Amino acid sequence: MNVADLETVLPFLLLATGGVALLLVDLAVPQARKSLTGWLAFVVALAAGVSALALVSGKTMKGFAGMVQADAFAYFADVLLCVVAALVILLSLRYHTARGLMRGEFYPLLLLSLSGMSLAVHAADLLVVFLAIELLSIPLYVLSGFARPRLESEEAALKYFLTGAFASGFLVYGVALIYGASGTTALGDLRAALLDNPALTSDALLMAGLALVMVGLLFKIAAVPFHFWAPDVYEGAPTTVTAFMATATKAAAFLALMRVVAGFAALSPSLAQPFEVADALRPMLALIAAITMIVGNVTALAQQNVKRMLAYSSIAHAGYALAGVASGDATAVLFYLAAYAFATLAAFVVLIAVGSTEGNEDHRYEAYAGLGRRAPLLGVIMALAMFSLIGIPPTAGFVGKYFLFRAVVASDLTWLAVIGVLTSALSAAFYLRVLMVLFMREPETAPEAEPAALAADAPRMVAAYVSAAAVLLIGVFPSAVLALLTGGELVALVR
Amino acid sequence: MRTDFAFVGVMIVSAALLMGVTLLAASFLRPKKPNTAKLSTYECGMETVGDTWVQFRVNYYILALVFVLFDIEAILLFPIAVAFNALPLFAVLNVVLFILVLLAALLYAWRKGALDWE
Repeated sequence: MNVADLETVLPFLLLATGGVALLLVDLAVPQARKSLTGWLAFVVALAAGVSALALVSGKTMKGFAGMVQADAFAYFADVLLCVVAALVILLSLRYHTARGLMRGEFYPLLLLSLSGMSLAVHAADLLVVFLAIELLSIPLYVLSGFARPRLESEEAALKYFLTGAFASGFLVYGVALIYGASGTTALGDLRAALLDNPALTSDALLMAGLALVMVGLLFKIAAVPFHFWAPDVYEGAPTTVTAFMATATKAAAFLALMRVVAGFAALSPSLAQPFEVADALRPMLALIAAITMIVGNVTALAQQNVKRMLAYSSIAHAGYALAGVASGDATAVLFYLAAYAFATLAAFVVLIAVGSTEGNEDHRYEAYAGLGRRAPLLGVIMALAMFSLIGIPPTAGFVGKYFLFRAVVASDLTWLAVIGVLTSALSAAFYLRVLMVLFMREPETAPEAEPAALAADAPRMVAAYVSAAAVLLIGVFPSAVLALLTGGELVALVR
Repeated sequence: MRTDFAFVGVMIVSAALLMGVTLLAASFLRPKKPNTAKLSTYECGMETVGDTWVQFRVNYYILALVFVLFDIEAILLFPIAVAFNALPLFAVLNVVLFILVLLAALLYAWRKGALDWE
């Protein structure tokens, strides 16, 4: 180990030390001023994001004896995750005061979970993947139970913990089997081991290990049939935690999944060219993507609760991104995840605004009746978010889906792209229902929240503007945004 | 690589055999003369008075959690103590870092009152 090793995981180190230090600093912060802890966490998340942005280059560096890897793929993901986390912190300041959740531990836990995500995208070894997935999950178990003693929140924490621990067991057992069959856990060496010994590609032990690892990772991204925990956990957890889980956690788990899939076939996912997906994996990934798109979208139709609908929406979008993974185009998947994350955050801004101003947090559709006319700004932001989630131009969702389906068709999975387009059309039904309720329905009882209060909190509105602007900017100038993030490496691809 | 799993299998089988054979042989060889005193539930010390399903203070659990943490720290430090002469500087720094992180956790638990008993 030397100093250069530390550089390969600098964002992770900043977040982890920041999280631990903040836990101690928070002890000295008086209860009335806990938002100070929030602001400090905001600074740490931004600093980690800036450090990742400063380190972006076309080079690939390995560190800690090949356990971690730093490349444009990982740094781009770091920037995305840190920005999303910073926005979630902005959203949570007022919400937690209003809901009586203003406990200082929230922010250190968020940073520690974020550090796990950063480690997951830098992983170059199956054991680091496991470690990182645990590091990101354990704080999330606590965070989803943060609204204790609200029963739904405790239920969410317990459900997430029990099923999550079970999925981690699958993951680590799969790693053990892969090691038993191939003699290595390093993702880059798996490829070499397979080339040395072609009989391994049809080896039952290796295939069983790979299947178990996939179960563990597909659980974290909430792909069907491993999605049953998601709606209950997303609905029960505090809305800020749900926003974090639906955006950052999903993105990080996807990037770890891509590292594993790519490590099994080629060396590492690269932004410069699509990676190779092993023949053993492609049909499985494609099938799960198709089922996830169909089940997620159809079930979302039947929901009576906006928060629960967004949970099923996140399952459906996991299906789209999984189709991208099956096609092996890391750039398209990263871009799609960014588009999805900002649109979902914009939608959660409205939910959190309602949750911060009303006595009882009620996310049924009826509770949103007429909100778009009482608070036009929030209505417009929600409309942008919904259009982007459907995939209507000029929003980020359209560009994201365009790149994604183009990559899927290019890899001879046209049937999968057809299912994707059809389910996207179907999804318009429940996304537009939100807008219909927001703008065309009169509230049954007199609304509790003052229109002025809904758009009052400055940090929340900054988060709202940033995510809405991201949805629009990514949609209108996709190549410029990508070039900004990766130093021009991607422009040729996007054009 | 595959044969390595056979060793694990051999160990599991031999462990089961060792236990099974010992217990079986003992049950054949030992004399069986039960009486009330012998069949009563055996515990060290006094016989229990009343129901044992009583509620414990929740502090017990937190204290036990902190204890387990430092128990594990001690176990992890043992091999380092044995190899201390041969350790490079970076390894020592890693150990110091490990202890510092645990120290931070202890400080946190302390300030939150996990160690207070009243």
